[in-house]
Amino acid sequence: MSFTRPSFRNPDIQPNAAGYSRRDYEGLISTLCAGCGHDSITSAIIQACFELSLPPHRIAKLSGIGCSSKTPAYFLAKSHGFNSVHGRMPAIATGANMANRDLIYLGVSGDGDTASIGMGQFVHVVRRNLNMVYIVMNNGCYGLTKGQYSATADKGSRSRKGAVNLLESIDLCEMAIQLGAGFVGRSFSGDKEQLVPLLKAALSHHGLSFLDVISPCVTFNNNPESTKSYHWVREHREESSGLDFVPFRQTINTSYSDGTTEAITLHDESVIYLHKPKAGPSITDRRMAIDALEDHKAKGRLLTGALYINPESQDTHDLLNTCREPLNSLGKDELCPGATVLAQINEAYR
Amino acid sequence: MNKIEGTNDFVIRFATVNGSGSASANNLFARSLFRMGLAVSAKNIFPSNIQGLPTWYEVRVSTSGSLARRGGVDMVVAVNGQTLRQDYVSLEPGGYFFFDSSKQLPEDFTRSDITLIGIPLTLLVNEAFAGSKQRPLLQNIVYVGAVAALLDMDLSMLKNGIGRQFAKKPALAEANLKALELGHSYAREHHADACLLRVRGNRRTDNAIMMDGNTAAALGALYAGATVVGWYPITPSTSVIEAFARYAGRFRLDEEGRLRVAIVQAEDELAAIGMVIGASWNGARSFTATSGPGFSLMNEFLGLAYFAEIPAVLINVQRVGPSTGMPTRTQQSDVLSCAYASHGDTKHVLLFPSTPAECFELTATAFDLAEELQTPVIVLSDLDLGMNEHVSPPLEWNDELAYQRGRVLDAVALAVLAEKAEKWGRYLDRDGDGIPWRTLPGTDPERGVYFTRGTSHNEFSGYTEDSAEYVKNMQRLSLKWETAKLKVPAALIQVGETTPGFATSPGLIYYGTSYAAVEEAAALLAQDYGLKPAILRLRAFPFGPEVADFLKQHRPIIVVEQNRDGQMRQLLINECSNECGVAPVDVLSLTLYDGMPLASREVLSGLRQLLDEHGLPEASSQSRQGESA
Repeated sequence: MSFTRPSFRNPDIQPNAAGYSRRDYEGLISTLCAGCGHDSITSAIIQACFELSLPPHRIAKLSGIGCSSKTPAYFLAKSHGFNSVHGRMPAIATGANMANRDLIYLGVSGDGDTASIGMGQFVHVVRRNLNMVYIVMNNGCYGLTKGQYSATADKGSRSRKGAVNLLESIDLCEMAIQLGAGFVGRSFSGDKEQLVPLLKAALSHHGLSFLDVISPCVTFNNNPESTKSYHWVREHREESSGLDFVPFRQTINTSYSDGTTEAITLHDESVIYLHKPKAGPSITDRRMAIDALEDHKAKGRLLTGALYINPESQDTHDLLNTCREPLNSLGKDELCPGATVLAQINEAYR
Repeated sequence: MNKIEGTNDFVIRFATVNGSGSASANNLFARSLFRMGLAVSAKNIFPSNIQGLPTWYEVRVSTSGSLARRGGVDMVVAVNGQTLRQDYVSLEPGGYFFFDSSKQLPEDFTRSDITLIGIPLTLLVNEAFAGSKQRPLLQNIVYVGAVAALLDMDLSMLKNGIGRQFAKKPALAEANLKALELGHSYAREHHADACLLRVRGNRRTDNAIMMDGNTAAALGALYAGATVVGWYPITPSTSVIEAFARYAGRFRLDEEGRLRVAIVQAEDELAAIGMVIGASWNGARSFTATSGPGFSLMNEFLGLAYFAEIPAVLINVQRVGPSTGMPTRTQQSDVLSCAYASHGDTKHVLLFPSTPAECFELTATAFDLAEELQTPVIVLSDLDLGMNEHVSPPLEWNDELAYQRGRVLDAVALAVLAEKAEKWGRYLDRDGDGIPWRTLPGTDPERGVYFTRGTSHNEFSGYTEDSAEYVKNMQRLSLKWETAKLKVPAALIQVGETTPGFATSPGLIYYGTSYAAVEEAAALLAQDYGLKPAILRLRAFPFGPEVADFLKQHRPIIVVEQNRDGQMRQLLINECSNECGVAPVDVLSLTLYDGMPLASREVLSGLRQLLDEHGLPEASSQSRQGESA
């Protein structure tokens, strides 16, 4: 096994609009197990950021603890990163975002990190609709501690050693929709065609974008009876719709006339085009979005794709009415009322 | 019977029911005394409850200028039936028992060593005012008026106070003034010479302010430029954030009416401190305020901030523990848990304010220290300091002083380093003092990026499990701790005098709100026993070299503190004994930890007992002040 990345790159790959090569978005070599779904998601993140021409240093990548939370070391080496404590990435992201609203915040978590130890933080960062992308790399088990079930493991799912999970699973997408996330999607690490545009849309959305990405654990939870295995997901997956993402300022040169395409314009005037197999429920309706998830679950199917979008969503800064400049850019002149005012305050306490 | 007499020197305790509006009447009384220029200390002794349980408000005025709670009660205003007996029993001999004579006192209330002062509060109010909602509130003002008459107190300050309070509600102002007169004239008429306590205005506290420490700490954070607050409500720290939000609403609005601050009410204290760390990592000044149980929850994150070297400011307004303890009573019992918070080898900078002026000053200092040292700084206040209104020197701010933002490399500095081909690593000690240079996210497209982690890291912030690299980093953190010793506010020392019977002068050590009571007790020791101990007031941890010197020079050392286990004594021995050779046996402990604000009589009595064993001379005089309660 090689631990150094070859320096050779295909000379035909052109730099993006901001002049960065794909390599500028890469990170260290992954130390996860060969075949881990997380590495595919890492690769999709690199691709999405490259295609959106985001300046890497304007992204902050944050994570908690676990296999998934290691991945920020494997992408965006030119971005500041913060590998925090177990289940607490949302608090760090909230503070960081409050300090500087101008950066892009990319949070990576796992199903243990989010649905168990970090459930409180997940719920409340969604309620605050923090302007960030929150990715859960969801494999239904704890990898680093060798395979215990997590809270997203489906009831009845079987582990490699045959043990059946007896507990109800938590559907993070349903929760996110219910709690007010502005953008919610589900995908599969094995489907880059779907994941990359979803990530691009999520990165462009203003407010909390939650992506639950089923990402099989090849070592502990990839047996065919597990509902988080490659095999099971491929067999049972359905797409809500095909998805095209057209970033802000890019010429729109496609047209859709089949009557089942829905165009959603985001805060920054990017456009998401959804192509549905047949006319179906609108994904800008919260109740319909939750119903669609439940309907598929009842049929034993896993619904993926963009699940809910609120193009009007207001983020935490909007809700708190904070100033337009990043708070970390303000100096003493703007922040300190000064000695004269203090003398007046003293007087009020005499 | 010898009635207690005295001018500007007594303790009055108001015994009321919480939620009945008595707090604002009691506060009116205390603030009026303050405005008359008296040295007044006011302690609100309240339950963890919204309505219906007993609450007391204790007001002391002193001619000596002491702002401590004294201990003992000279007059009780007993208007709470639930505690009538307790209030009756606890009154000092010669004291005054003020009660609502609308109802008869129980037959077995037969003390002959006190003066009964019955005022039919309920009847007076029912006759004079309509409206069942208004009456209980006005009844509070009636007793204030009556007490003013008993003390022969000038009513003008009280009237001004009512005028200020109800400036926008003239009808209420009128009713309150009427109630004040009602109590005043009844007491004049029926108890003209009953009471020998007096108040007379003087100008002792001319320049002082009367403020609670939480408001002062909030202003310190505002002045220091805090822009991100993560918090979770918990008594007694909540009012820090409430005051901060109030002042931010006045002084942090931009031209568009938008706030130059983000105050986020978190889901719990874990998230609150996480937000502070996230914001500080990203270059904003950020803080939280909490109390014991919340602090316990913050432990894991504090370890991260220590190890990843991220500034954070935390105001811990201590209350009585362990566990939920007594949430509305005061203590200094988080010293050790704050000093060494979190697993692994950790140490945190602590600051100990003693007055509201210091709550302001040291909170502002905490932001400088946190950024200069790149580590959490904990301001250790307590419920007494935070929630009671204290007479304090005014808050002071020097506009000339710049914020000390610590070692942060911007894009220009990074370019200069690159040009000189100088090495930079997030945890590389370039200056030999253990403090590295940091960069902020988003600074430069090519330079200065690093990965923050709570896992072990090398000088360039790369993950490492290499033993030598791990140890090197931990040693650098120790070196940084040594640097901190010279940066934190030094302890304040008053020189003592050698006393017959003692080989060296004894040394007193205290911190925080023990201030007023210890200083008063020490003055009484000097007055009554001719014993003048050296006194050291700690203002910060780590301890500077002056602390070890003090420990070396004095015998015995007595550490006065408000917890059971002598936590500061333990910390002093643990941190200083190697350096100065002080033996645990030489460091005595005076611990008072019943949850009440420290009383000078209790401190004096405790000090006498401890010093007796070390040859305290006979008392030369015994003032009434000096008697232990």
